[in-house]
Amino acid sequence: MKRWLRNMLFYAVLIGAWGLLAKLKVWPPYLFPTPWGVGEAMWAGFADHSFWIAIGVSMRRMLLGYGLSVALGIALGMSVASSKFLDQTLGGLLVSLQSLPSICWLPIAVLWFGLSEKAILFVVVMGSLLSVTISMETGRKQLPKIYSMAGRNLGARGLKLFLNVTLPASLPYIVTGLKQGWAFAWRSLISGEMIFVTLGLGQLLMMGRDLNDMSQVVAVMILIVALGYIVDGLVFKTIERHLQQRWGLVPA
Amino acid sequence: MNANIPNAALQPAPDQGSLPIVHRKPPRPAVVVALRQSPASLPKVSLKNVCLSYQMNGNAPLQALKNIDLEVRAGEFLCVVGPSGCGKSTLLHLIAGLQRQTSGQITVDNREVKGTGTDRILIFQELGLFPWLTVAQNVGFGMRMKGVSKGEREARIREYLRLVHLAQFKDSYIHQLSGGMRQRVALARALATEPDVLLMDEPFAALDAQTRDLLHDELERIWAETGRTIIFVTHNVREAVRLGDRVVLLTFRPGQIKREYPVELPRPRHLEDVHVAGAAREILDDLRAEINKSLEVEYGDEALA
Repeated sequence: MKRWLRNMLFYAVLIGAWGLLAKLKVWPPYLFPTPWGVGEAMWAGFADHSFWIAIGVSMRRMLLGYGLSVALGIALGMSVASSKFLDQTLGGLLVSLQSLPSICWLPIAVLWFGLSEKAILFVVVMGSLLSVTISMETGRKQLPKIYSMAGRNLGARGLKLFLNVTLPASLPYIVTGLKQGWAFAWRSLISGEMIFVTLGLGQLLMMGRDLNDMSQVVAVMILIVALGYIVDGLVFKTIERHLQQRWGLVPA
Repeated sequence: MNANIPNAALQPAPDQGSLPIVHRKPPRPAVVVALRQSPASLPKVSLKNVCLSYQMNGNAPLQALKNIDLEVRAGEFLCVVGPSGCGKSTLLHLIAGLQRQTSGQITVDNREVKGTGTDRILIFQELGLFPWLTVAQNVGFGMRMKGVSKGEREARIREYLRLVHLAQFKDSYIHQLSGGMRQRVALARALATEPDVLLMDEPFAALDAQTRDLLHDELERIWAETGRTIIFVTHNVREAVRLGDRVVLLTFRPGQIKREYPVELPRPRHLEDVHVAGAAREILDDLRAEINKSLEVEYGDEALA
């Protein structure tokens, strides 16, 4: 409660200072928007459904791209972890590829897929695949052998063993990687949408720039931050709390 | 010390001290659950000339188990003792099918062991309970893998949790339980899969004395009620005499059967009972020689200086 109050106060002061600065008219409003202008832009955006549509489009791309990279990342991470050869070859390549910003995949994506939905998905997948893969791989390596032995002993084999034992047992080890993967995917998506002109929040941002509408630019930025924060709080915090309760892990 | 004297225990050797192990005819446990009984002539579990060696990097292969010949009757409670590093746990892993022997044959009900199977369930020393599942889900895991229907699963979970006195903890998670309770969950999880053979790997080693005493009583009761065949590995000789129909002593590296000791004391036995202590004493004297050998290897010559 106290923390909540402190945060309220902090944001009130922040917005107040912003309002004051805007009111002093040091910079023209098309360079430095007012808080109420941003509020209006936000309201208008939701009222004419353009924000809703952009959120819907971006979220669908996220779910598709992120889902794809989690599935691929788990499969890839598992195979790298279970083969010494792959670990020493592909494992090294994956780590070095991680230093490549995901937007660098965009030129390839455009050449391969054109200015299409596929290209943007490709960028999202490449943005998050590596961190999911690497965390799955290290998680699999850290996983105590006893769980899979106990699982086999109780009659689990193959895919059943993987789905019922290996995957849930490694979840605490990979949840950080999944979270990081989501954040990377989100960034890749917005950057991709800013360059393509195919709906989505990134495009709204660029539209604000094209129209010299600083209020809309800031409103969309706030929206992007808020969405990222909400997903983190709703999805990942819940998974982490869930894990802490079940495994008896002390919150980090 | 040669290992090929498994029958020596059948006639207590004259130099073996004053306490004979044979006291009275053993009472047979009441079998409540119908089991797939093997014909009287066939042993439940049989090991013939089982050897296991590990290939160490570059070095000569390390022989862990050598020429193990062992037969376990249906419904028998067999205890295996030996110094640490003698391969007792490995022996259970072989019977469970989690590991493959280098040579020799292991059969259960005259069928060769080729992999894991739910007719043999191992309770690991570290238990290996699943922390992401509740107590009830842990107990039901084996049945779920076998495809037992939900209704029957729930009934059996209830039954086996009652058997180990954990019915009110069915929705708890593993980390919320004490060591003794976790032990009982592992026991219930193994029993719920309804194996013919229960393999137990030093299950009570990490528990305090009071909890262990209690679990000895419970295990004996459950064994009598369910009629399972139990192979129980321990380094605690008195525990072995307290529980077993027969105790097998393994030598240190390579693990070989040094001797077998039938324990024919009346049940229920007590850990502090003078007859239990006396029988344990005899085994302990043989074990001590093996422990000294293991110390020599692990600490070098200084251990015995």
